[in-house]
Amino acid sequence: MTATADRKASEDSPAAPTPIPLAAVVTSPGPWGTALRQIRRNRSAMASLVVFFLILVVCLLAPFYASSIAHTDPFASNVAGTTVIGGQTVPVLAPSTTGLGLGVTPIGPTWDLTHYFLGSDGQGRDVMARLLYGGRNSLLIGFSAALLCCLLAGIIGVLAGYFGGVVDGVLSRLLDVVWAFPVYLLAISLSVVLLTSGVRIGPISIGAGSLWLPVLIIGIVYVPYVARPIRGQVMALKEKEFVAAAIGVGSSDLRIMRRDVVPNVAPTVVVFLPLMTALSMLTESALSFLSVGVQPPQASWGTIINDGLDLLYTRPAVTLAPGIAIALTAVVLNLFGDGVREALDPRARLRGAG
Amino acid sequence: MTERGEVLLRATDVVKHFPVAGSPWRRGARQVVHAVDGVSLEVRRGQTLGIVGESGCGKSTLGRCLVRLTDLTSGRVELAGQDITTLSRRRLRPVRRDIQLVFQDPYSSLNPRRRVGEMVAEGMEVAGERSGRQISARVAELFELVGLSADHVDRYPHEFSGGQRQRVGIARALAVDPQLIVADEPVSALDVSIQAQVLNLFADLQDELGLTYVFIAHDLGVVRHVSDRIAVMYLGEVVEVADADDLYEAPAHPYTEALLSAAPEIDDGVTAIAPERIVLVGDVPNPVNKPMGCPFHPRCPHVQAKCTVERPPLREVAPGRSAACHFPLVAVAGRPAAP
Repeated sequence: MTATADRKASEDSPAAPTPIPLAAVVTSPGPWGTALRQIRRNRSAMASLVVFFLILVVCLLAPFYASSIAHTDPFASNVAGTTVIGGQTVPVLAPSTTGLGLGVTPIGPTWDLTHYFLGSDGQGRDVMARLLYGGRNSLLIGFSAALLCCLLAGIIGVLAGYFGGVVDGVLSRLLDVVWAFPVYLLAISLSVVLLTSGVRIGPISIGAGSLWLPVLIIGIVYVPYVARPIRGQVMALKEKEFVAAAIGVGSSDLRIMRRDVVPNVAPTVVVFLPLMTALSMLTESALSFLSVGVQPPQASWGTIINDGLDLLYTRPAVTLAPGIAIALTAVVLNLFGDGVREALDPRARLRGAG
Repeated sequence: MTERGEVLLRATDVVKHFPVAGSPWRRGARQVVHAVDGVSLEVRRGQTLGIVGESGCGKSTLGRCLVRLTDLTSGRVELAGQDITTLSRRRLRPVRRDIQLVFQDPYSSLNPRRRVGEMVAEGMEVAGERSGRQISARVAELFELVGLSADHVDRYPHEFSGGQRQRVGIARALAVDPQLIVADEPVSALDVSIQAQVLNLFADLQDELGLTYVFIAHDLGVVRHVSDRIAVMYLGEVVEVADADDLYEAPAHPYTEALLSAAPEIDDGVTAIAPERIVLVGDVPNPVNKPMGCPFHPRCPHVQAKCTVERPPLREVAPGRSAACHFPLVAVAGRPAAP
């Protein structure tokens, strides 16, 4: 740095900014717009999204399928019922012909959408209809739990990271307590206790057996896993000079959190959302399989697997169908989540490169 | 150059210590980094005070203390006679608008997720004195003032070069109509050609708006061109303060002398820099365990016995200039060099 820095107001100084090549672009795409464009170009992410939406739409149509196509009530047992296969009327549950001849064997998949497409379960209920109803619940619980988890984790992470000190100490210890338990152990213990009694948190009251109970439990159990990275990111953000500049012009803490901190951690939360949805859905299925999640007569993919357990050797479709549904949904959600992560790449962005 | 206006900013005995590996549970005799160790400064209205020193000498920390972005360990900072050292954040808010900071890193200083216009407008929005329309008009005006186009306001920081980002940072500082701007190495991250443009911008703005600057840098060439007075820092202390030209012509402190001899020579026909280069031996001592006596004595080429035991105070060695040295290189008018 030398003599070029003459103090005289040379004519090139105020007009110095070189015009940006993008000058033709009037409105600049924000960081979100750029990310959106990038994920649109990501084929596997878009394909996953399409598959996920197909699953979602089909599951949402469950009541329509049950009432208008299959004409069945998937929540009532139909032990003595009959159905029509190839013009012949057959009982839904036939006495078992294998082994000792005890118990019953439900009919297997008929591949006829109007009559027990995937066969019947041990109580004579249409597996296909239950699969769709179960999917509705599994997806609802998975997504709601992920949303609740990300919301709580976001709030805790931002507060702990921004204020530090005592606030951070208290919140971090709280997270540690949750973290100290294995996820399933904690979820199962909470479920066992809460399922019978229900919960009252202030004005919100969740009855025993409600679907919102697994949402609450799963949402809370995973909070530390999301809150920790967010807290760390906020701590790093707080050292950035733009935060100092905001303090310097007199902005309040709330304003800085809203304008400078939250927009910078939002991509992380968005990346977590599809991944946490998949994880929450898996956890819900596991809990339901252990009968501490969704309670009968409600269905979820986990409870259907449980129903099919006794029929595993004779009618594996009852177990396989929800199993495949869970696996497929988890895979597409993870693929889509990876695409979101790539598009947002919060790390690269935070380094200040763009 | 040195018309003596009123004192706008006065720092008295500013001390900032950082505890090393502190724990909230254990208080007591922890080690501390003496980042800023008893600095006293005055900046007069309309003047530019340059602060130079090596990396890690506490320049930036001092800058943050002056604008109260960090709390002082002890000492006082007065702005136009008002003590702002212990004002709470709420009480500080109106004062904030009088002192603004321009940052070193043009990347870290702008939020990548906000439009630059929003960031420039923030100070005015917080102040709440202007309507939304007035703010947008003022933002456009500020962009023009710092040499950007008014239609750049809706862009995001990544669409700008380093020099342009620094201009945005300057516009943000100017938005609240400050009296004093503390510029913390505002050009050290920029290309040399861009440095000149940004320095010229600083100079133009000073002429136009009557701003007062505290200009922090490690580059003597930069500081010389913008400063009226210069303070040289070493290990958290000011070792010499003088008018810019005096300092460059005849440094009083051995550290200043060594710094100047290390700077690339500027052949502008005015400067008379000692031709031989003084190479300092050793490293800057650890600011956790500062040496006894004069902090510079382990590396001083002119060290004497007294320097190792007695810490020299900053005292006037000639009219208008002070040095913290027992044996200043500039003869003290009216008294012997070594008392």
